[in-house]
Amino acid sequence: MRTVSYLIIGILFGITMFKSEAASWFRIYEMFKFESFHMYGIIGSALVLGIIVVQAIKLLPIKSFYGEKINFSPKAKSFSRYMFGGIIFGLGWALAGACPGPMFTLVGAGFAPILVVIVSSILGTFLYGLLRNKLPH
Amino acid sequence: MEWIYEPWPWYVSGPMIALIMFLLLMVGKNFGMSSNLRTLCTICGAGNTADFFKFDWKAQRWNLVVVLGAVIGGFIGDQFLSMDTAVAINPETVSDLKSLGFESAGTAYMPFELFDISAFTDVKSLAVLTIGGLLVGFGTRYAGGCTSGHAISGLSDLQLPSLIAVIGFFIGGLTMIHFIYPLIF
Repeated sequence: MRTVSYLIIGILFGITMFKSEAASWFRIYEMFKFESFHMYGIIGSALVLGIIVVQAIKLLPIKSFYGEKINFSPKAKSFSRYMFGGIIFGLGWALAGACPGPMFTLVGAGFAPILVVIVSSILGTFLYGLLRNKLPH
Repeated sequence: MEWIYEPWPWYVSGPMIALIMFLLLMVGKNFGMSSNLRTLCTICGAGNTADFFKFDWKAQRWNLVVVLGAVIGGFIGDQFLSMDTAVAINPETVSDLKSLGFESAGTAYMPFELFDISAFTDVKSLAVLTIGGLLVGFGTRYAGGCTSGHAISGLSDLQLPSLIAVIGFFIGGLTMIHFIYPLIF
């Protein structure tokens, strides 16, 4: 039953990524050119509502659908890993025009070359795992 | 029902993303797509090479199911919920892209030059897709998350690390589009 709920949430996510055009390489390019409000509107409105949702969950006695406490784990404090990692991700996001959610949506939409991006992003993650101890965190 | 065939405006899409994050919280999970790339490494046996990949990947199966849903959602969105998928980007962006050699700008969902089946036999397209993917995979794990994990989940929780990461995303993205693209294309 829980697996079905994850699948339905994933399908909703995929449809949203495709129909919002957030999965389109063109929209990502346009965003970094500051030539449209579209992507900023999507991220901005998701964020405003997201902040309200998260703060409501923290302040009100809201439990999960299964009656469990909803946990938010604070991210480890650091500057270098978020800045350097973020810049590297940003370079790739703009070059491939896809981030880790939408790249899977594009498989379903039939753009076969996105598989090259997916396989190399798995390899990139593997490379990070190998070099992790040598990088500033 | 005609509206559903049109591209969704930002004020529909943004709230949908917030709803998806809310639903994941309500089933006891967190919204973050890039951790799946690490899980896939572990499934492929990366734990034998680096300790970073030694973890109980079965606890992350739920997120792989979300990914499967994202693939199915892309199929449904393209096949059943769209008539014309051409993305109406800014005319200035279109002429700019045409001058870089992207003839399909303004008439397609993705640039033919990179995402048409012929990209598999074009060395430059393959190089762009491969290097882009490597940077995405490396950077997202180094930064501990991607657009969903930091820009949506982390910022919604008012986490400073996520703000630093998102600033990094934009420094990288702007550098690529404004300084590196003109050199490549």
